[in-house]
Amino acid sequence: MEDLTARTAEIPGVKCAVHYKYMCSDPGQSLVREKIVEEKLDGLVVAACSPHMHMKTFRAAAKAAGLNPYLVEIANIREHCSWVHEPKTEMTTVKAMDIIRMSVNKVIQDHSLEPIKVSLVKRALVIGGGVAGIQAALDIADAGHEVILVEREPSVGGKMAGLSETFPTLDCSQCILTPRMVEVGQHPGIRLYTYSEVEAVSGFLGNFSVTIRKKARYVDVDKCNGCLDCWAKCPSKQNQSEFDYGLGQRKAIYVPFPQAVPARPVIDPKTCIKFQRNKCGVCLKICKANAINYEDEDKIVTEEVGAIVVATGFKLYNIGKKQDTPGIIGYGEYGYGEYKDVIDGLQFERLASASGPTSGEIRRPSDGAEPKNVVFIACVGSRDPAKGIPYCSKICCMYTAKHTMLYKHKVHDGQAHVFYMDIRAGGKSYDEFVRRAIEKDGARYYRGRVSKISEENGKLMVSGSDTIGGEPVEIEADMVVLASAMRPSDGAKELAQKLKIGYDEHGFLSESHPKLRPVETTTAGIFVCGACQGPKDIPESVAQASAAAAKVQVLFSKSELTREPEVARIDEINCAACSACLRACPYSAIERAEIRDRGGNLVKYTSRVNPSLCMGCGTCVSVCPSKCADLEGFSEQQIYGMVNSLI
Amino acid sequence: MNLLLGYYPGCALHGSSSDYESSIQACLQAFKIRLVELNGWVCCGASAAHSVNPLLSKSLSARNLAIAEREGYTELLAPCPLCSMELCKARHTILEDEEHRKQLSDIVELPLQGKTRVINVLQVFESIGQAELREHVKQPLTEVRAACYYGCLLTRPPKVVEFDDCEHPNSMEGILEALGASTVKWNFATECCGAGMTLAREETVIELSHRILANAVAHGANCIVVACPMCHVNLDMKQEETRKAHPELPQLPVYYLSDLVGLAVGLKESQLGVDKHFVPAELDLLSEPAETR
Repeated sequence: MEDLTARTAEIPGVKCAVHYKYMCSDPGQSLVREKIVEEKLDGLVVAACSPHMHMKTFRAAAKAAGLNPYLVEIANIREHCSWVHEPKTEMTTVKAMDIIRMSVNKVIQDHSLEPIKVSLVKRALVIGGGVAGIQAALDIADAGHEVILVEREPSVGGKMAGLSETFPTLDCSQCILTPRMVEVGQHPGIRLYTYSEVEAVSGFLGNFSVTIRKKARYVDVDKCNGCLDCWAKCPSKQNQSEFDYGLGQRKAIYVPFPQAVPARPVIDPKTCIKFQRNKCGVCLKICKANAINYEDEDKIVTEEVGAIVVATGFKLYNIGKKQDTPGIIGYGEYGYGEYKDVIDGLQFERLASASGPTSGEIRRPSDGAEPKNVVFIACVGSRDPAKGIPYCSKICCMYTAKHTMLYKHKVHDGQAHVFYMDIRAGGKSYDEFVRRAIEKDGARYYRGRVSKISEENGKLMVSGSDTIGGEPVEIEADMVVLASAMRPSDGAKELAQKLKIGYDEHGFLSESHPKLRPVETTTAGIFVCGACQGPKDIPESVAQASAAAAKVQVLFSKSELTREPEVARIDEINCAACSACLRACPYSAIERAEIRDRGGNLVKYTSRVNPSLCMGCGTCVSVCPSKCADLEGFSEQQIYGMVNSLI
Repeated sequence: MNLLLGYYPGCALHGSSSDYESSIQACLQAFKIRLVELNGWVCCGASAAHSVNPLLSKSLSARNLAIAEREGYTELLAPCPLCSMELCKARHTILEDEEHRKQLSDIVELPLQGKTRVINVLQVFESIGQAELREHVKQPLTEVRAACYYGCLLTRPPKVVEFDDCEHPNSMEGILEALGASTVKWNFATECCGAGMTLAREETVIELSHRILANAVAHGANCIVVACPMCHVNLDMKQEETRKAHPELPQLPVYYLSDLVGLAVGLKESQLGVDKHFVPAELDLLSEPAETR
């Protein structure tokens, strides 16, 4: 390093070069500040680690010493050199020297820049009205900012509204969620768009424009008083209830569940006699509020918001053979979808729920009998690379333990059997909860997989293995509950593409940094929370939602936003207005503008950069045929200077 | 369809299961598919070689693959699932592991690229396709209510044989339904029959085979269809022993898949070798109730 420092001092234009082991430390920064003042420096090169780590630190140090922060360059001799090459070889040192020389030649041509100021709309959009979306919406609204909450189902509440009781306290899910739902419905700061979907998003941090499709409900939400006479009288009764995951039935005009918010029905045209056969019309006749409108159509509304929170949640992996995603494979051998008494975890929640199709009695779907032997299988799909889902779904160990308890508490002479791979019960009071299921409520746990489920003489034969006991296990079950893997909800990928945020190979939305920026996305102003980001349980979803809401509040605490000024600039005098840059710009940040004289006469057309949209990618620079586009802080002259220093 | 396939009979089809060979030869001839036996093939090593010396086992199969490649076959039919699996395993290694490929090539003293794809009997019928199968049918198999038995090897290991859903296969069902047969849903389609245990521990095989036969009967099947010589031995040849231990079990004909395809396209039992089965398997027996057989 000493040698490098000495040679750096000899580069033309370098006033002084100093070496210090931890330049980012407090004494290191003091040294930087001192040198700037002492030597009257007009540029600073830090040869150290990646600018992602410490650019901010050194710009702040420069600013404190009176140097414009954009006159600082970092020569990344760690990630770009010493970490990726053979240590202590001559070539490595030569490359480090080259990198430093390039940075010096760049900084020579830097000039002072000022951050760009952008106005912002202090209104947030929350996409998804499950427990995470509800929490985020309430937190932001309680802080005094307007919130628009978009939910695609007819009611807010999400998956949690359908759960029976929650681990590890066994408190009733609906009892703790519905007050929050009511709050969302009544909060003066929250505008609710249920049965609606986000159609398109444009704009940028602080200034997003969102197009929302309000799906035809065939019921005027404002006129309807929620008496639900229509619901009671509708003759089309035998339609599978989405809320009960097919275990119960609903009418053609319905609210998904009694505590729905808003408590306003929708008509499902696929099952409504009026729509299918142009008969009936009972709901129209009996509605005193005159709220039924068979002619209703989808409506498009546009909203301006400054920040977006995505909370679109999860769905369960389809255990049966048919899959909606290439690469995902089902478990044909478990007979899900063929045997009525093989159900998934969310279906069991409905069976155990007091508001469910059996009013909370555990009755098996095929014949309504009370099952005396129930087998629960964990990790169905999860942690199985052969099925295309290598990750752990995180909640299944806990809810399976909970299911065995709920079952035992309702069927005292029943026996619960659990097949598991590992028990993952990390969390406050979680392991104690699983022990309680085993020790107090007598669930029998077998460590091993189930090879298949077959039907014999009206019983479900579950063939598995107990790898601790070292023997095959065969259980005659009355019902089987499969803890199937969590997957991102339908349409999450498409939404991510509209929002220009990332997602991983499984479709879960990506956070900006797994440890230090867990609710931010790579697009400024868009945040994620809940199970759309990865499998998680209710407490975690809620915590993450509050975190996302806090981030929105930080954003909204400012009167205006500042952006880095390293954006494109167009020489408007010489621009021929060919619009090549306008077509090439991936961010729609370039517009065609007119230049007029004092008398208002058109002098010429030009391309013009909107600095609040420009991301500084430089595409326009490379396509401009007349070399009128350039990038602040990364000009073509600077690049030539850097290249020249190498030859 | 006028096709020429490389053919690897393995020890079984030239020996104890010669009925399987005549069945396949006759049946595929009806579809103008000619089988040409691999010139100078060697034993695949069966279960003995791969449990004692994996390199020996791979080398034996590698030699057969090298011969197939030299003779220019794009596909090699190995009707015995064990042979097929051993060949697939060797080919998988050749394609995935360059060092291993060189080593095997040196051992067998032949160039080796893994160009020849190894297929089983079901894949031949699948490539013919249901539409063409249907066109060839002269005698629809309306009396057949088949329990399709895949055994343990046909679909496993899935990444090596790359065939059907390993735990819940249904390709055989599709082929039989194209011939006018019906198939039953049952529980033991991929369960083990006991395989080579039949020599060392006959009583184990009898118990395992009994479970398979009894489950097929309980689900309404009037025959079992297999694509493996070993399964056929245990379910057909040993059926008399099994019925001695379990007298309530009715006689159940056990067909090779090629038997039924052959019968459907109008071939005679004797041409296919169906008359050589131990359990009588003439098609008209199927219309009689099981108790009277």
